[in-house]
Amino acid sequence: MLTSLRHLFRYRALISSLVARELKARYRGSVLGFFWSFVNPLLLLLVYTFVFTIVLPGVHPPELEPFALFLFCGILPWTWFSSSLLEASNVLIAGGNLIRKVLFPAEVLPIVTVLAGLVHFCLGLPILAAFLVYYGVPIVAGDLLWFPVVVAVQLVLTLGLALLLSALAVHFRDIRDLLANLLTLWFFATPIIYALSQAPAPVRRFLNLNPFTHLVVSYQEVLFQRGSFAEWPRLILLAGAALVVCAFGYFVFDRLRDTLAEEV
Amino acid sequence: MTAIEVRGVRKTYRRYGRRRQFGTLKSALLGGRLLRDLRPDETFDALKGVSFDVPAGRTFGIVGRNGSGKSTMLKLIAGIGRPTEGTVRVQGRVSALIELGAGFHPEISGRENVYINGMMLGLTRREITARFSEIVAFAELEEFIDAPVKTYSSGMYMRLGFAVAINVDPDVLLVDEVLAVGDEAFTHKCLDKFAEFRRTDRTVLLVTHSLDLVTRFCDEAVWLDAGIVRAHGDPRRVVDAYLQDVARAENVALGRAAAAALDAAGVHVEGRTGEVATDGGADPPAPSGEATAGPSDAPARPGSAARPSTAAADEPPDMFKADEGRWGSREVEITDVELIGRDGRPAYVFESGEPLEIRLRVAARLPVTDLVFGVGIFNAEGVCCYGTNTKIEGATSAELAGAGDVRFVIERLDLVDGTYKLDVAAHRENGAAYDYHRLLYTIRVTARLPETGIFRPPHRWRFSGGVRVTGLEP
Repeated sequence: MLTSLRHLFRYRALISSLVARELKARYRGSVLGFFWSFVNPLLLLLVYTFVFTIVLPGVHPPELEPFALFLFCGILPWTWFSSSLLEASNVLIAGGNLIRKVLFPAEVLPIVTVLAGLVHFCLGLPILAAFLVYYGVPIVAGDLLWFPVVVAVQLVLTLGLALLLSALAVHFRDIRDLLANLLTLWFFATPIIYALSQAPAPVRRFLNLNPFTHLVVSYQEVLFQRGSFAEWPRLILLAGAALVVCAFGYFVFDRLRDTLAEEV
Repeated sequence: MTAIEVRGVRKTYRRYGRRRQFGTLKSALLGGRLLRDLRPDETFDALKGVSFDVPAGRTFGIVGRNGSGKSTMLKLIAGIGRPTEGTVRVQGRVSALIELGAGFHPEISGRENVYINGMMLGLTRREITARFSEIVAFAELEEFIDAPVKTYSSGMYMRLGFAVAINVDPDVLLVDEVLAVGDEAFTHKCLDKFAEFRRTDRTVLLVTHSLDLVTRFCDEAVWLDAGIVRAHGDPRRVVDAYLQDVARAENVALGRAAAAALDAAGVHVEGRTGEVATDGGADPPAPSGEATAGPSDAPARPGSAARPSTAAADEPPDMFKADEGRWGSREVEITDVELIGRDGRPAYVFESGEPLEIRLRVAARLPVTDLVFGVGIFNAEGVCCYGTNTKIEGATSAELAGAGDVRFVIERLDLVDGTYKLDVAAHRENGAAYDYHRLLYTIRVTARLPETGIFRPPHRWRFSGGVRVTGLEP
């Protein structure tokens, strides 16, 4: 496993080139091009804001105002997370030709998927910043320092799950279809369109088992809630858990590595 | 020094039943067999204990039929996949030309693809920059390098893939049947590149069906067959052994096909000759116009008399129109045909220059006196390579009463490599057929050299003066 990691390090230039290629190729040929990276989250946000302020006004308590901003704090990281996992579950199968014919570490592919998602996430940040300025949310400088930490924790967690899913999906193609539905459930089991405090206590205990709950709550605390970031102990805990998930994901991937070329 | 060391390598692939492919996750979860499912159950051995060494600096060939395990072996050496048993050790940097341009992304430019492909093959960005112009020049894509790869023709695509892979500058180059990608000029360039590899003492492993390439370029070769090494050593000997085996297999296949064709044409094989006498009468029986009608059942078949059969039987066979088949009055019948090779045994594959003997077993219902025997050899395009009969060759009379044998002996079958079909016939002096077998017998002639045309006269080259020619095949 350690030698595999060393190999992976050698391929870091390839990973960065592949991420760049991924981004370039994605919007090649479309009129708006790169602009879509900004427009996509904005449109998504518009849809949710429309539903929760015009179709269903008043379902959220006043402390969640401005609701559009509250939504954005959860949706932006969630989009990164869910699209990365969905793509990762298919990336080895789609790149089967490469894995069967070229000698290179296959984990590069899911890693590239997650990193490309990270870039899209970062491209959404200016819009988030614009919202923050527009609504005049007071930002605590100390909180902002936590922001990259939250992103890093999410990155590690997503990487671990992406590695695990991508390798398993080669053996069990069902995962791809299962995952799409699971992610919908996961979305609603995460306090994105509601606040954790709104959930009844027994449900809250259940929601607390969801690692992504803590991530979203951290994002909301850092960006949305007034007052300084008080939830950092649970973020640190989550960081530990994310590292375990990542190591486990890599371990499983490494174990299945030799079977990948035959099964895809 | 050994560049590649293969020791007792076995590679087992799992084979799925249809049932296992559906609902794998469900069954895995329900049965708690998540880990067991990742282990093979129904298996197939692509390689069954293969060992060989490739010394550094040699060009090494692997030949074998489709499915013999060549590509599996190459992938194991490339490090794509690991052997189930045994070890594969490779010294130095490996580059595998297994599928060219496998990592290309169609939407981005050739330039970017060169970088990404090169990095996948293990180069650093700086190394690629240093070789970039060389790669592009080799691929002959200077004008198009900034266009998206999806606009490339398949030849351009392959050339770029080849150029990147070969410029990785490997110590060991693995090549799997990729030389057929370009035009003549590009193929020559690739061969030049291989020659350069040899000169600089690097190792090339070549998997190919082009045996010519193996005998010309390789220092050593192995022949893999169904996952085992059948021969190893001098490329010429290995290729010869392989070709002989292919000929044997073709012999069996052609024999089977010939038996089927004869069956369809109603030619009697041993044990059925007794039928000839069953409908003996003073008059010739209604000649059957169709090859499928045997003499014994033709008169009995209702409606057979109404057929315009006489015309068909008496019409001289038109060499240029007739398809394979059998016709004739059957007063004289060719009951059995055998093709005999050099060793005196029936064969269907003959080396060019070897003897061929055509043996006919003939039987007459009534004694006949105006009999002519003929044979014809046709190539795959239907061109008559040779045709003769006893009348052309001056026979003044030929009679047959009862049964007898006819042997047509060719001392040297001097034909070029190819498939040929034979006519054999017994007919009257005026050409009306007693029994005409049209293109019913197929032989394969193999030659060591891919000469063209039809006829291969025994020959040799002589040079004098300032002409120096070396390496001619004997």
